[in-house]
Amino acid sequence: MIAATLIFYMLASILVVAAFMVVVSRNPVHSVLWLILAFVNSAGLFVLLGAEFLAMVLVVVYVGAVAVLFLFVVMMLDLNRLAWREGFQKAMPLGIAVSVVLLTEIVVMVGGWSSAKGAAALRQAPMPDPASVPNTQALGEVIYTNYFYLFQGAGLVLLVAMVGAILLTHRRHPGVRRQSVAAQIARRKEDSLKLNKVPTGKGIS
Amino acid sequence: MVVSLVHYLTVSAILLTLGVFGIFANRKNVVVILMCIELILLAVNINLVAFSAALNDMAGQVFTMFVLTVAAAEASIGLAIVVAFFRTRGSIEVDDINQMKG
Repeated sequence: MIAATLIFYMLASILVVAAFMVVVSRNPVHSVLWLILAFVNSAGLFVLLGAEFLAMVLVVVYVGAVAVLFLFVVMMLDLNRLAWREGFQKAMPLGIAVSVVLLTEIVVMVGGWSSAKGAAALRQAPMPDPASVPNTQALGEVIYTNYFYLFQGAGLVLLVAMVGAILLTHRRHPGVRRQSVAAQIARRKEDSLKLNKVPTGKGIS
Repeated sequence: MVVSLVHYLTVSAILLTLGVFGIFANRKNVVVILMCIELILLAVNINLVAFSAALNDMAGQVFTMFVLTVAAAEASIGLAIVVAFFRTRGSIEVDDINQMKG
């Protein structure tokens, strides 16, 4: 138990430091790398909480896809790094004020919070014993039964996001000749090939 | 000293506050603002998983997955908008994004 506590504090402190560095990093590439560190550490927290599948999804989807997408975009755009922090001082007091108010509200709320008496009876999907049913199987049994329509809806959200991202970033190049498969298939021999009878000694013009 | 729900809630509260602070602090770079939104959603996910573990309810983890889905979609669309904007204006500073006079 003491090991779990130590691991929690290690992961949590690295997570907070990494999140702070995401915000204050001068270079956006460094921000992305700190973001990856934060994701990996929160995946560790998920493992501590017994949500192994979500931890792996976090590593695969966030670190493997989203963070790398951020990295590509940051490296693709030619950003003038020197002009970054001009507005940092200007917005600082407002940011600090909003953050302090928000944190205070959360602390007050969590401090005064307690679980309702009948909360355990109202659970949507009680967790089976982790020793007998693994986390992934338990999650799948809930997703593919009670939350099936939401699952399909999540797939649709991803499809719309994919189509939208392609539509937003796709560029037509007017000067570039592209292969037209339909025109190629529609070609007939009589359209393009002409046989000429060449008289001997005269040629054709 | 056992790690309880409150510990996880504290971590997630700090993470969420840092994300909100980052949105205010980064006036020059929309990409970093998108990263801060990712941090906020990560805080939400930690909250959901912590409550799921504390209450022994799988629904929290299911919703974490949906939040992950929406976060991935939001990141892709946001970055696509940033790329499209950078192509037309050559800048991604927040102060330059005023074409709609919002």
